[in-house]
Amino acid sequence: MSSVDATGLAHHFEDLEQQRESATLGMWAFLITEIMFFGGLFGAYVVYRTMYPEAWDNGSRELDVFLGAVNTTVLIGSSLTMALAVRCAAKGNNKQVAGFTLLTMVLGFVFLGVKVIEYKAKYDHHLIPGPGFMYGGHAGGHEQIFFALYFTMTGMHAFHMIIGAGLMIWVILRALKNSYTPQNHTHVEMIGLYWHFVDIVWIFLFPLLYLLGRHGHAIGAATGGHH
Amino acid sequence: MSSTVQTHAPHAHSPHEHSGVAHAAEPKTNYLTANYGWKSWVFSVDHKRIALMYLFTIAFMILVGGVFALLVRLELATPAGDLLQSENYNKIFTMHGVVMVFFFLIPGVPAVLGNFLLPIMIGAKDLAFPKINLLSYYVFLVGILLTLTAAAMGGVDTGWTFYTPYSSTYANSQVALAAVAVFITGFSSILTGLNFVVTVHKMRAPGMTWFRLPLFVWANYATGLIILLSTPVVAITIVLVALERLFHIGVFDPAYGGDPVLFQHMFWFYSHPAVYIMILPAMGVISELIAAFSKKRVFGYPVVAFSSLAIAVIGFFVWGHHMFVSGQSTYAGVVFSVITMLVAVPSAIKVFNWVSTMYKGDVLLSTPMCYAIAFLGLFTVGGLTGIFLGTMGLDIHMHDTYFVVAHFHYVMVGGMVTAFWGGLHFWWPKMFGRMYPEAIGRVAAALMFIGFNMTFFPQFILGYMGMPRRYHFYPEEWQVLNLVSTLGATLLGISYLLPMIYLPWSLKFGKVAGKNPWGAKGLEWEADSPPTTFNFDKTPIVTEEAYAYPEGARHQPEAKVV
Amino acid sequence: MSSEHSHPHITPIKIYLAVFATLIAGTWLTYWVAYKDFGWLNTPVAMAIAIVKAGVVVLYFMHVKWQSKLTMLYAAGGFVWLLTLFAFTLQDYFTRSWLPVYE
Repeated sequence: MSSVDATGLAHHFEDLEQQRESATLGMWAFLITEIMFFGGLFGAYVVYRTMYPEAWDNGSRELDVFLGAVNTTVLIGSSLTMALAVRCAAKGNNKQVAGFTLLTMVLGFVFLGVKVIEYKAKYDHHLIPGPGFMYGGHAGGHEQIFFALYFTMTGMHAFHMIIGAGLMIWVILRALKNSYTPQNHTHVEMIGLYWHFVDIVWIFLFPLLYLLGRHGHAIGAATGGHH
Repeated sequence: MSSTVQTHAPHAHSPHEHSGVAHAAEPKTNYLTANYGWKSWVFSVDHKRIALMYLFTIAFMILVGGVFALLVRLELATPAGDLLQSENYNKIFTMHGVVMVFFFLIPGVPAVLGNFLLPIMIGAKDLAFPKINLLSYYVFLVGILLTLTAAAMGGVDTGWTFYTPYSSTYANSQVALAAVAVFITGFSSILTGLNFVVTVHKMRAPGMTWFRLPLFVWANYATGLIILLSTPVVAITIVLVALERLFHIGVFDPAYGGDPVLFQHMFWFYSHPAVYIMILPAMGVISELIAAFSKKRVFGYPVVAFSSLAIAVIGFFVWGHHMFVSGQSTYAGVVFSVITMLVAVPSAIKVFNWVSTMYKGDVLLSTPMCYAIAFLGLFTVGGLTGIFLGTMGLDIHMHDTYFVVAHFHYVMVGGMVTAFWGGLHFWWPKMFGRMYPEAIGRVAAALMFIGFNMTFFPQFILGYMGMPRRYHFYPEEWQVLNLVSTLGATLLGISYLLPMIYLPWSLKFGKVAGKNPWGAKGLEWEADSPPTTFNFDKTPIVTEEAYAYPEGARHQPEAKVV
Repeated sequence: MSSEHSHPHITPIKIYLAVFATLIAGTWLTYWVAYKDFGWLNTPVAMAIAIVKAGVVVLYFMHVKWQSKLTMLYAAGGFVWLLTLFAFTLQDYFTRSWLPVYE
């Protein structure tokens, strides 16, 4: 029933232009929901940081700022390769689409791998929120709320990346079948938009989570210390 | 806005033009007869078939929610808590709220009537994303199954609002499962809203400008925006509640410095606009009904159109009026209270303009119009009592009493459900090509009006006298009013069951409806009844607005049955 | 606006590389300034850098610079609406301590 013709035009659209514009607007409408979804967490962050500024500084100093910065760089690199994949799709160059998308995926997994290392360190230091949480040898400090939000925010972010990586497998398979033409490559564009959005979330997460409570210290001084 | 009276492009095509002379004897197929078999339904991406699947699912859910309501009213018929234990009563009213809010009130008008009509009204073949539309239905179904599973596994006793820290720390019931169900249902809602917004922007037929759109489309567009901007916030809030419950992370737990009131902020950031998700599409239905049965253009059309957007926008900034007594700062309360008064303005504009539309119109009291007029009265009472509750001083007295219960039932049931029945009767001949029995339809509408007021008006008085909500026993002096309410609820239940019997009956025995049984304006009345799979034989060219009734238009004499 | 023709906008590679360089520079800049003390301006400075970075991503990587006004409106709308969520929630938290206490 949902028939699609040889140019990729679905039955209910008048022309490819209408189809493309609908997809773009639809994707942005979806990204609005993503903004509000993460926005709820950012809202909670603002409220609790206002309430417990010291706990926030303390919690932040437990994070590994160097790994955070490296990961930010990796993710920005993946955004560049994603943008290049979309660009190649717009030129109908399917091989390069597959290549750049694969590269984006690999960078995504590097990011997730670094994240796992960071999570493991938090686990070793009893910084997982819950009954076993300890900060500075005590349970029940407000630092727990910082870490609750840290894990929820970065966890949700990582979850979105995993979904993105799954979608990229699909893009690679389609590109290997030479599916993308200059007129019809909406899938790549949409997944690109999604990936860039995930990047933007991290652009805010990095300073808000990693870079607090270091002002006036020497660079790298307070990194991952305090045990 | 002036409009020229011209006929639209596709008009009364004979079957010859399409199927060729050889098949001339065969009747033209429509979306119901285009193909057969269960697969042609469960994998259908036709917006009309998806709308019908929603219709049957929602009809089932209103019965489920209705049984819970029945149990609540039966328990409250006597002062003693004799029918149910406290724990069970808590679970019953929670399930009533969850089922009715998330599985009837929110999807009711948009997912059934909106899905069916929106593409036809703008002259499109389908919604912009038909597969996403089908996905939204199945996501909805998963949400229902999980909710019913939660109910079967012991139910939830937090109230539909899932307030923390009770829900996150103390409640000993299936909160996590119910929360997941609501979370999933939210995605269904988002997908529908997204589809509507893009469809209205990008799929309009040539000549269908914004100010030619039916007000039903405007209302659904505004609803789509609310869904996009609000639903994700409750989704992440539910995630936090679930994490809190499963891992005790402390975000809403005062023991760790968490603030339960933050949950209320995030919850009501969605759940107050959700009230407008329920009522705005219903208001869109009422605009259509009143114009069609008064044979007049909706008075002040552009103002009514923009009032939908105004309600959508202002409705976002009033959520704190649910929190006047929950520890929110007094100053924030004042701000929310003032904006609450403001949102009454666009709502009142709509009511005044509907009444003005009827003025000097040729008002035909058909069943849908009876529902529409009932809506005007009930919604106005519901809206005005909302002003009482939005006043901080009064709310301290009224908060969590039956006054609140009566208020939101007047808006939700008296408003949204009434409009849903009105719209369903109005478009029934379009959806199935058959007329419902008119006389019994009017009886059902009248019975609904009487039963509704009997049920909920006494609750205003009870609430004013101080009867709190969510208790299953009460002092004896309140029994008379409670008994009236329970009797009224019985009548109301019967009035809702009647259409569930005669509407299916009409599918076989109803009079065959033509393209336009009401002589109404609007693109949907130029499509076949039932429409073909792609709605129109060729894309219509629109040259006039949706309500281009000539000056002094009258109903056909044969339309006036009474 | 590229809505007149159905061929998508193809951004020159130079622009992409410039954007990438800006983002990397921004990242290490924000890392560096995190160790400087500007008093109450610490967070605003970090957020200003993040907003510039996000803006560059939205405009160039996400092609909003070449999209229709409608898409721009939707892209901006989400962020603006988020600010209203923050503002109306925070007005509660910032004014709670103002509550007059009567004995």
